[in-house]
Amino acid sequence: MSSARAVFRSVLPFLVGAPILALLQPVMPADYAIILVSVGVNVVLATSLNVVNGFTGQFSLGHAGFMAVGAYTAAKITVGLSGVQLILLPEAVSNQLVFAIALLAAMITAAIAGVLVGMPSLRLRGDYLAIVTLGFGEIIRSVIENMKFLGQATGLSGLPARTNLVWVGMSAIATVVMARRLAVSTQGRALFAIREDEVAAEAMGVDTTGFKVRAFVISAAYAGLAGALISHAILLATPRMFTFIRSIEVVVMVVLGGLGSITGSVISAIVLTISLEALREFQAYRMVVYAALLIALMLLRPQGLFGTRELWDLPLFRRLTRNRLAAAGPAGASPAEVRDDSTGPKGVA
Amino acid sequence: MSAPPLEISHVTMRFGGLKALVDFSLTMQPGELVGLIGPNGAGKTTAFNAVTGVYTPTEGDVLVAGERVNGLRPHDICVKGVARTFQNIRLFRQLTALDNVRIACHAGATSGFFDSLFLTARHRREEAHILRRAEEYLAVMGLAHRRDEISRNLPYGEQRRLEIARALATGPKVLCLDEPAAGMNAAEKLELLALIRSIRDRFGIAILVIEHDMRVVMGVSERMLVLDHGITIAHGKPEEIRRNPKVIEAYLGDAYLEEKHIAVPVEGQAR
Repeated sequence: MSSARAVFRSVLPFLVGAPILALLQPVMPADYAIILVSVGVNVVLATSLNVVNGFTGQFSLGHAGFMAVGAYTAAKITVGLSGVQLILLPEAVSNQLVFAIALLAAMITAAIAGVLVGMPSLRLRGDYLAIVTLGFGEIIRSVIENMKFLGQATGLSGLPARTNLVWVGMSAIATVVMARRLAVSTQGRALFAIREDEVAAEAMGVDTTGFKVRAFVISAAYAGLAGALISHAILLATPRMFTFIRSIEVVVMVVLGGLGSITGSVISAIVLTISLEALREFQAYRMVVYAALLIALMLLRPQGLFGTRELWDLPLFRRLTRNRLAAAGPAGASPAEVRDDSTGPKGVA
Repeated sequence: MSAPPLEISHVTMRFGGLKALVDFSLTMQPGELVGLIGPNGAGKTTAFNAVTGVYTPTEGDVLVAGERVNGLRPHDICVKGVARTFQNIRLFRQLTALDNVRIACHAGATSGFFDSLFLTARHRREEAHILRRAEEYLAVMGLAHRRDEISRNLPYGEQRRLEIARALATGPKVLCLDEPAAGMNAAEKLELLALIRSIRDRFGIAILVIEHDMRVVMGVSERMLVLDHGITIAHGKPEEIRRNPKVIEAYLGDAYLEEKHIAVPVEGQAR
């Protein structure tokens, strides 16, 4: 594969996604748009949490904490720079540029928080790690609640409305592409090795602590991105948006979709978000629904909807693609040939 | 003359009051096949763990190619050139045979997360290289046809071979095999040991084998070490070991006791 083709493939999902979203943006009614934003944000959250909980097999419950870090960082930047117009640029462009900087800063600070939380806690595993990450998530929230600078319990309000479908869609695509490329790379395989057997991974030269921290940091960065996006959609950043209930929601999405399955995370994030919106009158039963869903899942399909597999690994999907290929060429293709792990983000664009 | 690939000098491993391994010394030359035997609980696997960094030796030194490695984490020791297999197979069970080997093929890989994110030239070059190497190792162990099979679905013997392929893929100077023939019948064992010898000849690496089956290990190794209760009771050529009264006592004595009390058929004598 030539370099030019690789570059082209790198940006292809964005090239396809951007114009569609840009066209969708003006015609979409506001109340549907906010649902779509929330879907996109949840896709970012679920897919990024999947890198830790699914790929690496470490159970983190602190995703909301990193969201908060990202949300507040971005809010501080956009509010702080709201009056400032970057030189020689029209206001709209300048605003978008400031938001881009804010998103990047949100990812960076969340990543730093990821390092700080990950380094000490990733020595633990299983339930202990879950408890510690939950604790850190709550610490981040209560720190915010007690800092005047961050608006304490009332949070920051009056954020500029910067999040739109294009930003959210691009972020979701970026997260999925990241997860997919990670999954088919040396780094991703090292994460899988840790999930499968930590002792063996270590013996095969995989720096298990290092890779766990890396996965954690990557995941935290994207959680920060999600936090920044959602806070600039509802124009508010309060500690209440980032309680551990939020973390649990994301965990449910990942577990439901299947730990380790990117398509599983994406689909369950979409389905859960939309169905919860549709059932808005029954808001009070939200946690009951979650609990019931999880119990049903554990009983009926403990590995999640997709297990560790992707959509295109499923028998039904394979049969479809095989038929299509058989129709296309007389030779046809076996499932093994259809499945090509070395290629890019097939089916996610 | 360069330093030997593995030099274990006076390693003692203590767990509280228990001495699992006492004053264990062994120097291995490239291309040498050494057998490590002893009754159950003699400290064989402890010796492996002390060498590969699972444990840090209480006393003594482990040198890989002249470099002191005790105290390093297992993954560092692996990078220095010691690879191992496990007594109870520890494959990455849900991954394909190819991925199992690819995970071990990271020697010299320098591309990081951002390389794979942006599909840089370096990333693509290294991935291609890793794929080629992994396929080679699968072929060496006669597993080329199992490339895309999920490893937990492989038959037992092939799982053992895959574990060896995976260990080889780390590019070791010393390969430590912990009972590679456990659970195999006599014919399978001979086949495996022939394979191990061919690996040694092909890659010129030093191989340390733990094996219960005296007959098999005597047929394959140039040198043997016998452990009993953590103490090296004999060290020499297979013929010398066979006649060594201490070895006979350790084996027959233990075997006798085991038969009396728990009726475990003792490997080595039974066949």
